[in-house]
Amino acid sequence: MKKPDHGHPHGDNIVPFTFSEAALAECREVMTHYPAEFSKSALIPILHIAQTDNDGWLSVPAMNAVAELLGIQYIEVYEVATFYSMFHLQPVGKHVLQVCFTAPCMLRGADDVIAHIEKRLGIKEGQTTPDGVFTLQAVQCLGSCGTAPMLQCGAKYHEHLTIEKVDELIDKLRAEPKRSNFTDR
Amino acid sequence: MGRKLLLEHINTPGIQGLEGYRANGGYRSVEKALRTMSPEAVLEEVKKSGLRGRGGAGFPTGMKWSFLAKPEGVPRYLVVNADESEPGTFKDRYLMERIPHMLVEGMITSSFALGANTSYIYIRGEYFYVARILERALAEARAAGWLGKNILGTGYDLEIYVHVGAGAYICGEETALLESLEGKRGNPRIKPPFPAVKGLWQRPTVVNNVETICAVVPIINDGGEEYAKIGIGKSTGTKLISASGHINKPGVYEIELGVPVEEFINSDEYCGGVSGGRPLKACIPGGSSVPVLPVELIYRTAKFETRLMTYESLSDGGFQTGSMLGSGGFYVFNDSACMVRATWNHSRFYHHESCGQCSPCREGTGWMEKVLYRLEHGLARMDDIDLLWDIQRRIEGNTICPFGDAASWPVAAAIRHFRDEFEYHATHPTKVKDPKHFEKEPFPRVERSYAG
Ligand SMILES: Cc1cc2nc3c(=O)[nH]c(=O)nc-3n(C[C@H](O)[C@H](O)[C@H](O)COP(=O)(O)O)c2cc1C
Ligand code: SF4
Ligand code: FES
Repeated sequence: MKKPDHGHPHGDNIVPFTFSEAALAECREVMTHYPAEFSKSALIPILHIAQTDNDGWLSVPAMNAVAELLGIQYIEVYEVATFYSMFHLQPVGKHVLQVCFTAPCMLRGADDVIAHIEKRLGIKEGQTTPDGVFTLQAVQCLGSCGTAPMLQCGAKYHEHLTIEKVDELIDKLRAEPKRSNFTDR
Repeated sequence: MGRKLLLEHINTPGIQGLEGYRANGGYRSVEKALRTMSPEAVLEEVKKSGLRGRGGAGFPTGMKWSFLAKPEGVPRYLVVNADESEPGTFKDRYLMERIPHMLVEGMITSSFALGANTSYIYIRGEYFYVARILERALAEARAAGWLGKNILGTGYDLEIYVHVGAGAYICGEETALLESLEGKRGNPRIKPPFPAVKGLWQRPTVVNNVETICAVVPIINDGGEEYAKIGIGKSTGTKLISASGHINKPGVYEIELGVPVEEFINSDEYCGGVSGGRPLKACIPGGSSVPVLPVELIYRTAKFETRLMTYESLSDGGFQTGSMLGSGGFYVFNDSACMVRATWNHSRFYHHESCGQCSPCREGTGWMEKVLYRLEHGLARMDDIDLLWDIQRRIEGNTICPFGDAASWPVAAAIRHFRDEFEYHATHPTKVKDPKHFEKEPFPRVERSYAG
């Protein structure tokens, strides 16, 4: 897998992107779910595949490749990618910790979890650690309020969090070389 | 013990797979409907059951189905709404994760009734792992002949696909959901036309919640009349309640509609009482979009009648002294909670999730969040409370979709019932700088009497 060139003077958004064979096959399969004349319907699922294939974020070249695959205008992809909160338009850490901070989770201590992670990783909500391993995000209700406080990392839900559990998770993820993606099986 | 129609087998080992599901009576409704009933007869049973949409609005499902346009030669669709993003709601995830074949079964029976040959499950992107569980269930069902061409040799064809979203609460609104399913931004459509006439790809479409479609299974198995025997008045059958917040036993509970709220909160069968050894302060019974109830209006209505878990009883008194059953996202506050902080939290949610099409909603939600931030952090003046009231009043009813109302109601209800707490925030800026101000020193709650 290619690495985004964080040091490039024009930013990361000009690093070329091509779909991997496996990702392309997955995209083609998804497109069969919709009538051929409405293949644009596959856009959101395909953006997820592209995001995973591009180190967890959607660069302009990655979005352009999606437009070309679906035969639609680039702008049709940009307007969708910018609307949905799960699409990252900037590089993110290998493990994005998304802590729910909506009311039911707040009642059960979500703010303390966020404060602890901020302290432990030395970053603020919304930031990525300098080593590129963790990004911390506060997000809205993830449908897990009965098991609050909770966080999502890739496809996994981590529920009934305590400070100890958060620490264990951070240690485990730091040692995990593979990126956590939403599309993980 | 109340009757369990949806969760009866939820803890049975192996229920997640087709074999275990079949062994416990699964797919009987499909056999019964496809082999012995006409689509019209299935619809008739759903009508008789009195089932109302479990997604939040509570619209009668049979009636919704009967509105579906049936032009010759145009495909129709059933789209299941698994977007579940209403704060406090997590029942659909529980069903799909634990007993995925029930949704598949309900969809086959319902699609047959509607004459749909393709059906989609629109699931929120964050539930990616649940989408995988559903895909596995669909593959099993397909391999066993419950899906595909000529199901059970009856000549009926059906394909079901899972479609993942990407994080947007507004895509739970049915027309935004359809836009999103078409690969666009989740901007709600102007209605009419309604989806029943022009839905997915401008074709007739029914959108139903996950729990609604699962409820079709027992309705067809036992008959609509049997289902309608459970519950009270127009609140028939069972309902899943997602219980969270300051209670001892958070989780998903199936209740027979009509259980008293007091029993639901305090009985060991359900929430197991208020947590933290503290008194009850407030309750949001139907997800963040419905008005909050202060302690004196939770167990009893303003008319001093027992408050029941039904559509009618929870909304008794209108918005002055009632709330709504909504999606069944039931969360409880004890006296350590700050209602201003909770309201600020809600308004931050609505500001973040507004699709931005209508200016009252786009601008108003942001403005409310700012004023509430000021109030919560001790930076506000007394007249900010009236300003807040004014903003919410100008959003409600002036937008394309009900999201605008959903953003205003919680603010209006909080000011209506907890104005003294808002005033305290305006007059005690140093005290409220500590986010846990009421944990250490609970705000003295003055119980008000609404009778007469
Ligand atoms: C802002 C907004 C969000 C909604 N979110 C959901 C949701 O997450 N799940 C759901 O089933 N219905 C949701 N609804 C209700 C749907 O628009 C629609 O009424 C429902 O899916 C119909 O299914 P039902 O009749 O089976 O309840 C939402 C409505 C609005 C206005
Ligand atoms: S009310 Fe809000 S969410 Fe609904 S269409 Fe208007 S801007 Fe969008
Ligand atoms: S409020 Fe956090 S998962 Fe619902």
